Amino acid sequence: MALPVRAMSILAWRNLWRNYRRTLIMLLAIVLGVWAMIFMTALLRGMVDDMVKQGITALPGHVQVHAAAYRDDPSVTHSMPAPEEKLLDVLNGHLVKAWAGRVSVPAMISSEYENRGVSLLGVDSEAELALGFKPDDILEGRFLSGSDDRGIVIGRKLMQRLETRLGKRVVLMSQDPDNSIAERGFKIVGIFKAELESREENFVYAGRDVVQEMLGLGTGISEIAVLGHDYQAPQALSLNIRAAVPGGHEVLTWLELDPYLATMMRVMNGFVLVWMVVIFLALSFGLVNTLMMAIFERVREIGLMRALGMRPSAIVYQILVESVMLLLLGLLVGNLMAIATIIPLKDGIDISAVSQGMEMMGASSMLFPVLLWPDLLLANGVVIVLGIITSLLPAWRAAQYRPVEALSRT
Amino acid sequence: MSAISCTDLCKYYQQGDAVIKGLDHVSLDIEQGSFICLSGPSGSGKTTLLNTIGGLDSLDNGEISIDGERVDLLGKSALADLRLFRIGFVFQSYNLIPVLSARENVEFVMQVQGVSAIERKQRSLRILKEVGLEGMEDRRPAQLSGGQQQRVAVARAIVSQPKLVLADEPTANLDSQSMKKLMAHFRELNLTHKVTFLIATHDQRVMAWADRHIIMEDGRVISDELQQTS
Repeated sequence: MALPVRAMSILAWRNLWRNYRRTLIMLLAIVLGVWAMIFMTALLRGMVDDMVKQGITALPGHVQVHAAAYRDDPSVTHSMPAPEEKLLDVLNGHLVKAWAGRVSVPAMISSEYENRGVSLLGVDSEAELALGFKPDDILEGRFLSGSDDRGIVIGRKLMQRLETRLGKRVVLMSQDPDNSIAERGFKIVGIFKAELESREENFVYAGRDVVQEMLGLGTGISEIAVLGHDYQAPQALSLNIRAAVPGGHEVLTWLELDPYLATMMRVMNGFVLVWMVVIFLALSFGLVNTLMMAIFERVREIGLMRALGMRPSAIVYQILVESVMLLLLGLLVGNLMAIATIIPLKDGIDISAVSQGMEMMGASSMLFPVLLWPDLLLANGVVIVLGIITSLLPAWRAAQYRPVEALSRT
Repeated sequence: MSAISCTDLCKYYQQGDAVIKGLDHVSLDIEQGSFICLSGPSGSGKTTLLNTIGGLDSLDNGEISIDGERVDLLGKSALADLRLFRIGFVFQSYNLIPVLSARENVEFVMQVQGVSAIERKQRSLRILKEVGLEGMEDRRPAQLSGGQQQRVAVARAIVSQPKLVLADEPTANLDSQSMKKLMAHFRELNLTHKVTFLIATHDQRVMAWADRHIIMEDGRVISDELQQTS
């Protein structure tokens, strides 16, 4: 026998508003819970997203190509030739947003007063900008004008450490392929800032041609950094590149290059689910209590419905419909409230007061909430599924009443 | 074969150390189309007998069959179906669903039965008119007097034309005119559709309509007589 869905829906809706104060309080709790789930998840996503993007900018790229032993010994001896026809086809194809062939070697930088170990990056300025270096990050001076620019751009923190300034000269020292000292003087043409101080301190940018000449590399490079369209799915890009590179090279996604970040992203997905379930568990006590109270108040009516011929399963269904209506109302308002809170914050939340702590985690001092559809669906799914499961107990209790006993209740 | 057959029904209630006999070895045979009044003092077992026949209450001993089907052996869902399709109840206190209007209360059983919306509407409006509630179809129970609520409850019990109507004090809140109308309606259903009526009552005027009068006391049947209807 089919359930009288319409009749039960009407009954459920009217029953909800019999004690409207109680319903409104429960509704408020659901709304706040849903809002907290979605809003806090958006903040957490924003933080992790930022950490990942910062990490990718530091790498840089979603996929990198190196000579096989480069990552163990990132010296000029493990350089590779510039990309050729087959690889160039992939790099200039639709899967790639930007790419750059770079020289990246360890070097010593010296000013008149101090010296420090750094990563010397020989770059083509245009390609580097396309990869993610922001012109706005230049605090003083300029960025490199091309791959043959003879100047050097250093970070603000390094400048302070070396006690030098824009326009002064520094000496870069590294090894050439014959393990001989390769050194060269550079004029500081620009000072850059970065979200992470470690980037300001550890990286210096020079023209690629100039670095290749200094190291005696010819047209050799250390790495090819490739930026795809979606950092969350670099595998397809990686496969295409892998098919186009000669043997003796390794092609790695950022997930493999920075396992810490990759783990962070995976843990985040689990954390979001745990967070939502915890909030719901707190909510569920209120939900069960509300339904229990509603049932205790209506024992006689439930007995009547059983006496008139409603099966116990129909009583369970009736209570569940009531619960689902309450949950759906709460979800609707909660979703709207969360979206209305997140949209005005799209330009970011300034958390510079805790920037040092954020930097330790690799995140910047601006937090951009990220609202993802899957998170929204997950929050709604958790509330509905767990809400129904939670409501089964009071519904089952209601179905167990014996009609004659329920009818005799006053 | 009898429409309803009750054999050696026993139902006991524990009240402190005392055992109250709700039904004490009651046996009855009721033919299809009977019009029976049950009377007796309060606590004599009238309501308990109606509840056990309708499957609302369980037995401690005995057998009940309706149209040959053992009611006392049925599970919860089968009992629900029996009540839904074959039995109409009129309770002592009207027992309407407060959030539904008079018409919706009357339609409720038909909705559960799966009767189409058009037919439900036609039948509910007609029966409400017959019990004198025309124009009050959209009122909620709280907006109706006790007598009007009782008439809604009666309309709900008979609207789907069950084979058996179990009525517990159906006229308790009705004035003499309404009582006569209701009993005439019951009788008409009884005669034209062979609906069996088992009515528990204290009201002498109601008893006069019955063609069989059963008197109970302390859970036992002390008198069971056929009578001439007025």
